[in-house]
Amino acid sequence: MIGLTQVYALAGFVFAGFAVLSLRDSANPRRVRNALFWGLFALSFLAGDRLGDLGNGILVLVMALAAALGLGRSGAGAADAEARADSARAYGLRLFLPALLIPLIVLAGSLGVSHGGPALAALVDPKQATLVSLGVATLVVAVLSVRLFRQPVLSPLTEGLRLADTVGWMALLPQMLAALGAVFALAGVGGVVGETVTRVFPMDTRLAGVVVYCLGMAGFTILMGNAFAAFPVMTAGVALPVLVGRFGGDPAAICAIGMLSGFCGTLLTPLAANFNLAPAALLDLDDRFAVIKAQVPTALVLLAVNTVLMNVLAFPAHP
Amino acid sequence: MLVLLGVLLVVAGFAVGLNPLLVVLASALATGLAAGLSPLEVLAAFGKAFNENRYVSAAWLILPVIGVLERSGLQEAARGLIGRLKSVTFARLMLSYLLFRQATSALGLTSIAGQTQTIRPIIAPMAEAARAVETGVSEVAPAEAQRVRAFAAATDNIGLFFGEDIFLAIGSILLMVGFLEQNGITVEPLQLSVWAIPTAIAAFGVHGVRILMFGRRERPRP
Repeated sequence: MIGLTQVYALAGFVFAGFAVLSLRDSANPRRVRNALFWGLFALSFLAGDRLGDLGNGILVLVMALAAALGLGRSGAGAADAEARADSARAYGLRLFLPALLIPLIVLAGSLGVSHGGPALAALVDPKQATLVSLGVATLVVAVLSVRLFRQPVLSPLTEGLRLADTVGWMALLPQMLAALGAVFALAGVGGVVGETVTRVFPMDTRLAGVVVYCLGMAGFTILMGNAFAAFPVMTAGVALPVLVGRFGGDPAAICAIGMLSGFCGTLLTPLAANFNLAPAALLDLDDRFAVIKAQVPTALVLLAVNTVLMNVLAFPAHP
Repeated sequence: MLVLLGVLLVVAGFAVGLNPLLVVLASALATGLAAGLSPLEVLAAFGKAFNENRYVSAAWLILPVIGVLERSGLQEAARGLIGRLKSVTFARLMLSYLLFRQATSALGLTSIAGQTQTIRPIIAPMAEAARAVETGVSEVAPAEAQRVRAFAAATDNIGLFFGEDIFLAIGSILLMVGFLEQNGITVEPLQLSVWAIPTAIAAFGVHGVRILMFGRRERPRP
C-alpha cells in the first residue's frame, strides 16, 4: 500500500540530492554545512523510524546547530534572467499548464481514493491520500515540465536546491515547532495556562466571558503557535462552564467562532512558522516578520468581529 | 507554573531576534526539565515528536517542480500576462485570489493553492506587475515589491484560514466534534461549519477593504 513511507522516501531522495549538489557546489563557501543539513534531513526521511527517539533527538540537535551557524546559498541552478525571459516568450501561456496540473492531480487523487472503490483504497492509504497525491503530482509534473520546456534533466534538483537555499534554515523551523508543541503537551503547559486565565479574569457577565474566551483563544494561540492546542484548554476552562453552563449559549456556535478567534491569533504569531515566517523567506523578504505585519490589521479587526458575532449569535434572544 | 518558563523563553527569544531554531531547542529543554525530565529524556522526547511530525516538512517536496517552472520562465510569463491585460489592477487581482482561496478552501480544496505553489511563482509576480502598470513604472521599486509580496502572502493565509472551517471534514471541525463529544455534547459537523460563514464573509469584507486601500495608495516616491 502506498502511504506515508513512500512519500517520505521520495522526499528523502530529493533532500539527499540537495545534499550531494550542495557538497559539489564549489561556489558556496559553506557547502559542507549545507550538505550536512540536507543530508541529515534525508536521513530523517529515509530512516527516521529506525534511529530511535534519542537518535532522532541527536539528529535534530546537529541539524539545528549546523543551520544556526549559518547556511550558504547555492550558486548553481539559476538560469539567467535573459534565458528565463526567452523561455517565457517562447512558451507563453503554456507555462501555466503544469502549474495548474499540480492541483488537478492532487484533487483527482484525493477524491479518487475516497470515492474510487476498494481497488484504489487498497492501493493508496486513504488517510494519506492528499500527501500521496501531492507526491505523485510533483513527480509527474516535474518530468513533464523538463520535457515540455527542454530543461536539463537535473534541473528539478538544482532548481529545487536554489529555492531550498532561499528558504534556508527556516525549512526546519515548522517541524521543530510541531515537536516543541508535543513537549509542551507532555509537560502540561496547556493546563497551567488555562487555570491561570480562569483564575485571573473575572467572568461575572456574559460579555466578559465572551471577551475572555475570544481573546484567550487568540492569545493562547499566539503563545502556542496553534489554535488546535489552545482550543481544548480554553473551551474546557471558559467556554463550557461559563458560556454554555452559566449563560446558556449554543455550544456549536461558541466553539466554531472561538476556533476562528484562535485563527486570528495564528495570523499574528511567529510560532506558526509555516504560514508566517517560511513564506517571508520563500519570497526573499528582508523583514522576517513582514507577512505577520501585513496580517495584523485584518487579524485584529476580525478578532473584534468574532467577539461581537459570538455575543450576538450564540445566545438565546431572551436569557 | 515553572513549566511556563519554556513559553516565556520562546516569546523572549523571538522578540530579541535570536535564531529561532536555538530558541526552540532551549525552550524544549527548559520545559522538559521543569516537568522533571532529564536532559537526555527531553532530547529523546523531542526527537520522537520531531520524527512523528515529518509530514510538516514533506511539504518542501514541491520545491523541485516549482523550481523547474521558474527556470522555464513562469514568473516572467505571469508578469507578462498582467502587463498585457491592462484591466487587471492590483486590487482586482488580489480580490479575485482572496475569493478563489476562500471558496476552494470552503470546498475542502486547501491543497490546490499555497505560498510555494501559487504565491511565489504566479500571484506575487502578477501583483508586482499590476502595481507597476497602475503606478506607471516599468518595474516597482524594491521596497514596494517587498510590501506587495508580503501582502500577497498574507492574502493567501487569510483566504485559507477563513474558508477552510466551512468545509465539514477539515481537521479543526473534527477536533471540535470530538472534543464536545468527550464532554457529553453531541453536535453534527454541519452545525459547526455554518457558524464559520459569518466570519468568512466578514474576512472577505475586512481584507477586501484593505486590498482596495493598498491598491489606492499613491505612487511611492522614488
